[in-house]
Amino acid sequence: MSIEIDEVIKIAKLACLKVDTADMQAYATNLSNILGLVEQMNAVDTTGVTPMSHPFDAVQRLREDVVTEQNRRDEFMAIAPETENGLYLVPKVIE
Amino acid sequence: MSNYHTKSVTELSAMLQTGEVSSVELTRFFLDRIKNCDEKLNSFITVCEGLALAQAKESDERLKAGNAPALTGVPIAHKDIFCTRGVKTSCASKMLDNFISPYDATVVTNMRAAGVVMLGKTNMDEFAMGSSNETSYYGTVKNPWNLKAVPGGSSGGSAAAVSARLAPAATGTDTGGSIRQPAAFCGITGIKPTYGRVSRFGMIAFASSLDQAGPMGQSASDCALLLNAMAGFDEKDSTSIEKEVPDYSADLNKPLDGLRIGLPKEYFAHAEGGMNPEVEAVINAALEQYKAMGAELVEIELPNSGLSVPVYYVVAPAECSANLSRFDGVRYGYRCEDPKDLNDLYTRSRGEGFGAEVKRRIMVGAYALSSGYYDAYYLKAQQLRHLISDDFKKAYEQVDVIMAPATPETAFNIGEKSDDPISMYLSDIFTIAVNLAGIPAMSIPVGFAKGMPVGMQIMGNYFEEARLLNVAHQYQQVTDWHSRLPEEFKS
Repeated sequence: MSIEIDEVIKIAKLACLKVDTADMQAYATNLSNILGLVEQMNAVDTTGVTPMSHPFDAVQRLREDVVTEQNRRDEFMAIAPETENGLYLVPKVIE
Repeated sequence: MSNYHTKSVTELSAMLQTGEVSSVELTRFFLDRIKNCDEKLNSFITVCEGLALAQAKESDERLKAGNAPALTGVPIAHKDIFCTRGVKTSCASKMLDNFISPYDATVVTNMRAAGVVMLGKTNMDEFAMGSSNETSYYGTVKNPWNLKAVPGGSSGGSAAAVSARLAPAATGTDTGGSIRQPAAFCGITGIKPTYGRVSRFGMIAFASSLDQAGPMGQSASDCALLLNAMAGFDEKDSTSIEKEVPDYSADLNKPLDGLRIGLPKEYFAHAEGGMNPEVEAVINAALEQYKAMGAELVEIELPNSGLSVPVYYVVAPAECSANLSRFDGVRYGYRCEDPKDLNDLYTRSRGEGFGAEVKRRIMVGAYALSSGYYDAYYLKAQQLRHLISDDFKKAYEQVDVIMAPATPETAFNIGEKSDDPISMYLSDIFTIAVNLAGIPAMSIPVGFAKGMPVGMQIMGNYFEEARLLNVAHQYQQVTDWHSRLPEEFKS
């Protein structure tokens, strides 16, 4: 499995990560090696095997539809990089 | 000079209960020890002097009032992956260097309710992704047995701190071996419980279907006491198991007569990347000891275990890429300087806030989950996971526990594998299958190879933590490997 630089650019975009041009080749090599390791999986035929999503095949628990959380908005907003009037600020999206 | 650092949690708890020592005295002793010794190790990211002394004072009042729980006043350290209200919780990442958690993880709440005092937060691999502690934003932790060697990872700070007795015990988490491998490298005892046994609420998520918290301590009996406080159902964790928690200390003294120990032939095969001969000699001596104690050794097969590493490097990165999407530079954590638009804010905050290994794994995961590749990677891995887990189920029809080395070799040197992700990944070859199956397992010190500790892994069937602790405790009754201290940290 070989990952080329143009694919690294695509993956980085999917993952929302800025990768420096200087590091691209190293990522391409590392990702190729990791996917090479992962390809060992193909040695075993898994036709018809149920995928395992939880050791006990547990399903999501349901609860009563009642409010359980307290409003701690101020505390949660205090740790944000930038807020104003109870809103999170980001660079302007619409001109 | 006091020698509290040579005492186990079990002993310290008894001394606190009888009033032989106060929690304030004990807490101050360990805070001083951290201050004097941690420069050599770098095992702590944050030391909570004020908070620890306040909690110690409160514990002393509880002890005086009577009926205080067993761990009241015992100071311990938490891995910096557990959210602690009002205290920096960094997960060893630049991304969370400025993050003061607004809430406590359930593990932290439970342990405080059990009376434990928090000394501070231990160093680790960034977001628990690593096997050597070298990916930490705060620098590498050193192994107390040889300061040139790694302590293992990702719970390397916890392992080093306990090994050098800067804390009598610590918490850790284990996604692919992150409790057992550093415990083995640093010569301490650690247990990864059954998936779902300990709450994941407030434990910063890496791979949600594999992550599990557990105690790291000096002995099995200490780990039993700590696990009693950590374990239990939690409504706030949707994968938490609704099952009663037994008293893990109750069965410690059960004799081992007739115990059937499975030895997976794949783990003992002389293959490339397998166990090194010096480690093997130490493991074999430990197995002989078990035989002398009445156990029977049975060869078993785990035919699909060889695929654990490839399967893990699909499942863990896929889940990490989803979990770490929450770090966006908007609500908390690192934000880049002068973002020119929203996309620049997201990509640059993440690109600058995460270290290289974290970015690698996010990208592998994003690739494996991307359109057209899901079946070939994630689905295939989940199918193989079923086969790996069925191997264990079959094995436990024949045997009570499974034993194997925790790691193929003893602690490697700092820098030795840091440029080669694949060889780093393969250092977890013996621990990963356990996480994929969700079974409990521990590592106990069983001797030394060229002066470095060797850890033996004991794996059990689902919810058999008490059995594992019993099997480990019986060995620790007739050997003293677990109470050895590294030369530099003896006094």
